Amino acid sequence: MEPVAVVGVGMTPIKREWVTHTYADLVFDACSAALADAGMTIDQVDIVLTGSNDFFDGRTISSMAVMDACGSFDKNVSTVEGEGTFGAAHAVMRVLAGWGTCLYCAHHKGSESVMPLITNAMFDPIYERFTGIEAVTSSALQARAYMDAYGVTEEQCASVSVKNHGNAKKNPLAQLPLDITVQDVMSSPYLADPLKVLDCAPISDGASAVVIAGAGKVRKIAEKPVWVKGIGYNCDAFHLGDRDLAGVDALERAAKKAYSEAGIKDPAGEIDLAEVSDVFSYMELMWLEGLGLCERGEAGKLTESGRTALDGALPVNPSGGCLSGNPVLVSGLNRIIECALQIRGDAGEHQVDGVRTAVAQGFNGPCGQSQCVWVLGGDA
Amino acid sequence: MDDWRESQEILVMDGRIKVPYTWSAGEVGTTYLEALRDDKRFMGTRCPECGVVYHIPRMHCPDCFAACAEWVELEPQGELVTYTVARKHHPQLSPVEGLFGYGVIKLEGADTGFLHLLGEFAEGELSSGMTVEAVFADEREGSVLDVRYFRPLRGVE
Repeated sequence: MEPVAVVGVGMTPIKREWVTHTYADLVFDACSAALADAGMTIDQVDIVLTGSNDFFDGRTISSMAVMDACGSFDKNVSTVEGEGTFGAAHAVMRVLAGWGTCLYCAHHKGSESVMPLITNAMFDPIYERFTGIEAVTSSALQARAYMDAYGVTEEQCASVSVKNHGNAKKNPLAQLPLDITVQDVMSSPYLADPLKVLDCAPISDGASAVVIAGAGKVRKIAEKPVWVKGIGYNCDAFHLGDRDLAGVDALERAAKKAYSEAGIKDPAGEIDLAEVSDVFSYMELMWLEGLGLCERGEAGKLTESGRTALDGALPVNPSGGCLSGNPVLVSGLNRIIECALQIRGDAGEHQVDGVRTAVAQGFNGPCGQSQCVWVLGGDA
Repeated sequence: MDDWRESQEILVMDGRIKVPYTWSAGEVGTTYLEALRDDKRFMGTRCPECGVVYHIPRMHCPDCFAACAEWVELEPQGELVTYTVARKHHPQLSPVEGLFGYGVIKLEGADTGFLHLLGEFAEGELSSGMTVEAVFADEREGSVLDVRYFRPLRGVE
């Protein structure tokens, strides 16, 4: 892949209910922060790409609500209806197509609607939707399948939640910094067995933005560019019954593509840090395995051993992850931004020493149906 | 001067999107739902190339990209592949009362699983791999809820 870099990043704080800010206010804050970070003005942006979902926002053509706020007037603008890792991948494609420098922003206000009603609507209206299935209950089916297949315990999943909420104490933008124990997670109420309240990401409001530029522009813009080393994405079957829910086939294929582009042969040995979409605690374990950072079924033990802790050999979600703040669609973009900040050495209190190569992962659809993997690095 | 934002109460507009939809079940879906409604029978479709029997029925095999023309009758019972007990009742979503769950169920005769409700089970009774059977509604209207739920296999009552 031709050299393309993330030259500016901006994130709003993540909050449970951000009543003082409209969607557009959040997007303006995120875009302004990303442009300031890049040392650019909106005039220097050629292309704007937005990420939103009409159903979440409660308006058709939801991107139109934020057009002024992302400075897209008189520019080449389009929208990716999907998760932020995929949207940002499209931003990279725009840059690679030679269209110029791209500002990509994504927004979400979970507080303004009813999450189970919306996630129920991602299921087939003829065969599945009438059962009332939604994101938590469907993910519980996957959690059970994964735990049954590999002997993963609820305590091991709980240890992910303890770690990530603990990491969030060092991230001033996180929504849910918590000092909790495995026992606290285990004794929190079940929402859908085996998922308990503290295994699940919260409902959140937030927006984020990145500026992506091609090699020719990067040197003029960024003092500390973060290079996109490789991107891969891949999709599994839609119907849950068609899939091996304990499997990570789509993620393995996405990771293989991203690693191949990045020239990574031994991910466990070459990747310094991972930010993955831990929307439910078990997902961090599955995604680590799918990313090839450990063997299948081993991520629970890895977590319990402290290897994925902030001070471990392979820190995972030092930001606190989605469990500590989950503006849907923005969440995956935040994984990319967190990797970029870590590589730059700008992650503040949750900075990990010596991060040169990091991997970010996001997904679309029920139970991680479609997977996107980014490898980022400090060297072109 | 005081910051006017500090004393401002933000107005919040209530709204509700009301759009009726009429989703076609298509030819395959109609054949399937009519068999459930009229005969309490589950039907799947077989891919002519890989031989996989799909339930829910498919007009096209997602693997082979081939048209599935052959119907196969399935048993009203099968393996509970994975399950959850739902502890939170969403009144606008849940079609059943009391202790209920969701399962991926692979009916005997099918190669793929499908999603449905679980009911009539005791706390701790469910396990992956167990056999569950369909409980049909008395009044059936041609929807997947003509099957009220699946329950652990009790045999003929």
